[in-house]
Amino acid sequence: MKTNGVITLNQEYKKQHQWKKPIYQVSQLNLWYSDFLALKDLSFDIHEKEVTAIIGPSGCGKSTFIKTLNRMVELIANVKIDGEILYHDKNIFDDAMKVETLRTQVGMVFQKPNPFPKSVFENVVYGPRVHGINDKKKLMEIAEISLTNAALWDEVKDRLHKNAYDLSGGQQQRLCIARSLATEPDVLLMDEPTSALDPIATYKIEELIEQIKKDYTIVIVTHSMQQASRISDKTAFFLMGELIEYDKTEKIFSSPADQRTEDYITGRFG
Amino acid sequence: MKRSANVREIIQNKGINRKTQWLEKGMPVFFVVAALISILTTLGIVLTLVVDASKFFAVVPLREIFSTNLAPLRAENPAFGFLPLLTGTLITSLIAMVVAVPVGLTAAIYLSEYASARKKKWLKPIMELLAGVPTIVYGFFAYSFVTPLLMNLIPSLNAKNALSPGIVMGIMIIPMVSSLSEDAMESVPHVMREGSLALGTTRLETTLFVVIPSAISGIVASFILAISRAIGETMIVVIASGSSKNMTFDVTQSMQTMTAYIVEFTSGDAGSGTVGYYSLYAVGLLLFLFTLAMNLFAQHIARKYREEY
Amino acid sequence: MNVETMKSYQQQKTHQINNASSAKTKSFFESGQAKNRLARRILLDRVLQKVFFLSTIFALLVLGILLQRIVADSIGWLNIHFLTGRLSINPEKAGIFGAIVGSLWLMSVVIPVTLVLGVSTAIYLEEFAKNQKLKHLINTNISNLAGVPSVIFGLLGLTVFGRLLGLGSSVLAGGLTLSLLGLPIVVVSSQEAIRAVPGFLREASYAMGATKWSTIRRVVVPTALPGILTGAILAVSRTIGETAPLVVLGIPTLILKYPQGIMDDFTTLPIQIYYWTLDTVLTREYANLAAATIVVLMVVLLTLNASAIIIRNKFQRRY
Repeated sequence: MKTNGVITLNQEYKKQHQWKKPIYQVSQLNLWYSDFLALKDLSFDIHEKEVTAIIGPSGCGKSTFIKTLNRMVELIANVKIDGEILYHDKNIFDDAMKVETLRTQVGMVFQKPNPFPKSVFENVVYGPRVHGINDKKKLMEIAEISLTNAALWDEVKDRLHKNAYDLSGGQQQRLCIARSLATEPDVLLMDEPTSALDPIATYKIEELIEQIKKDYTIVIVTHSMQQASRISDKTAFFLMGELIEYDKTEKIFSSPADQRTEDYITGRFG
Repeated sequence: MKRSANVREIIQNKGINRKTQWLEKGMPVFFVVAALISILTTLGIVLTLVVDASKFFAVVPLREIFSTNLAPLRAENPAFGFLPLLTGTLITSLIAMVVAVPVGLTAAIYLSEYASARKKKWLKPIMELLAGVPTIVYGFFAYSFVTPLLMNLIPSLNAKNALSPGIVMGIMIIPMVSSLSEDAMESVPHVMREGSLALGTTRLETTLFVVIPSAISGIVASFILAISRAIGETMIVVIASGSSKNMTFDVTQSMQTMTAYIVEFTSGDAGSGTVGYYSLYAVGLLLFLFTLAMNLFAQHIARKYREEY
Repeated sequence: MNVETMKSYQQQKTHQINNASSAKTKSFFESGQAKNRLARRILLDRVLQKVFFLSTIFALLVLGILLQRIVADSIGWLNIHFLTGRLSINPEKAGIFGAIVGSLWLMSVVIPVTLVLGVSTAIYLEEFAKNQKLKHLINTNISNLAGVPSVIFGLLGLTVFGRLLGLGSSVLAGGLTLSLLGLPIVVVSSQEAIRAVPGFLREASYAMGATKWSTIRRVVVPTALPGILTGAILAVSRTIGETAPLVVLGIPTLILKYPQGIMDDFTTLPIQIYYWTLDTVLTREYANLAAATIVVLMVVLLTLNASAIIIRNKFQRRY
């Protein structure tokens, strides 16, 4: 019932403010791990060229949700999904939608930096190569642009052919971002991208998000409320697999509508 | 402003490559076929042995193979008693075990319970090296070194005998016993050792009363695998034990093992299609069944001990 | 309670305890008998530690004697003529070039066949097999195949490749036979290597929109490659020294023509060693030839094993 309340809230809100065009429309999404209901009847929209932060205590389903947006969640055994997610008005669970196509257009950055044990260059051009781009000059161009967009070019331009694991943790994470940008996706999903990084590296990633958000739709899961308030336009608060509240970030952090949201952001639980 | 290399357009224009699609569907099929080849190999072995062994048993009654009279090449009335081969195989394997079990087990105890990490670092590769020496080299070693050495001690020793290859086979399987037993002992949880040592027992007592009893099924499994390996070993016995088909228990005399019999017969003496030729498949079948039974038994035991912790 | 009283209290306590133990029968653990026993137990531990160590060293000793004997026997025989010469009945003139070429030809069949079949099987088992029963069956089957005596593989090769497919005693017949023999080694080590590829690398690839096959080809196999190669080298070093299956296949020793292709007859280093060892009864010098051939074989094997160790160390996991 709570979710319905949110929908009505959203709809009223939409009337009052001009929200950007939705890129994702989630409706009545339920997800089970075997018998455990991890996502309960989620319905909301994610809008273009905005940063949407998803916050909530551990185990609230925020990671599960973001992995549903590019169907990575299906790699886990015994997952059952019910409901609909429209991406550019097409249901991503339709047979006509190839997961590979979806994941090419929706990039993802993970909690722990996960570069391949290959050179920096080979990491960045992995996506283009997979999709059949083999021209060396083209790949070099892509690598330079992606690394520049990920604010890493100056640091690695002299060691493009060194192993990616020689880079620092923060550089590795920016490399992973560059790798995702290389296929020029629409959406970038970030699953707690700074949780394994030190404050300085975290700051650089946040700065980077700030720079690229005008070109990409970004959905970021974070356990840090400060981070959410610093970088996001909209914030969704999840609790026990339910969407409790979804609104503009400054609204959520200044005057949340739900008591539970307030309890969480003021640090009373979680 | 974001710079772009128009990758998105390129990817979209490329669409889904037909070659990629074909590989995506075709490769899994290829992998299944490859995986099935290992099963086909086993089937091939069983069929080969059973088909040709049945030709043998069509002519020679089953009870004849339990006789001690083995004369497969006699022009008139060839005899196919396999008991001399069985005793030859068992005796050489037993000698091997007498060497390999004490040495292998104590080496395993040393490596698992006593050796420092630094010592282990150079002792284990040596064991691996010993395991990597081809059996033909051991055969040469048995025949041209161990046999003459033993002749000095036992003057009545025949140039081809069961003792020398038995000992060398034992040396050959030491690494197998030691590494498998060591694995079993190392999988005993450390807390069990601590519990015993905290009571003031010595390391030896802890090993004998705690570690070995806990690892016993793994250790026994290593012994069984070692016997199976000794039974199937060919080149050492072919070279050093000779081809006498007399039934004997005297280890100073030449004995023929099952494996040596197979090698002797395929080296050309018996023409294809004769009973003598098919007899080697019968011996092969026996050998296969022996080793298979032991391997399955060892796996069964080893699986049991893995479930214990 | 001040310090003084505490001290006296403690003294009292100690006294009581001492009294208590001496009042009863003296504790067993303090008896002279037990102390002697303990000394004996510790001594036994120390002595047996030495014995266990000697046991382990025994392996080193045997390896040392073996190598020393063989090298000593080969001295004076192992020279460039021996390596490049043709086979001859005259020991002074005999060379093993044919056997070297034969062994190389044999490996030219074994290496690709075991690698392709072994790695594919491992990929199937680790990445595709959904049917747990089939997976279990194949795994059990492979560990049993690893325990089948090599001479039995010889019988299989003789019957199926040699006679049924009419390959006779060609390089191809021998190569296929030995490939099946080496297959379990490659499968098991590739399985381990593939299993060790962390899930997050696969995830990263899938998240880029890569298909399963692309992920396997570009991420899983390259990451597992050092492990796969180590297994392949071990399989090669096992099969290159294998004799029994080839003897059963009827591989002759007296080949005067060098093999030119995989359909030709051939001989190998181990076969050469075998026949020379058997013939030492006739000509004493054959033992030296056998020893010299063994040195060549062992150098090849040691090189292979060393390269396996180098690969294992050089490509240590970094993720």
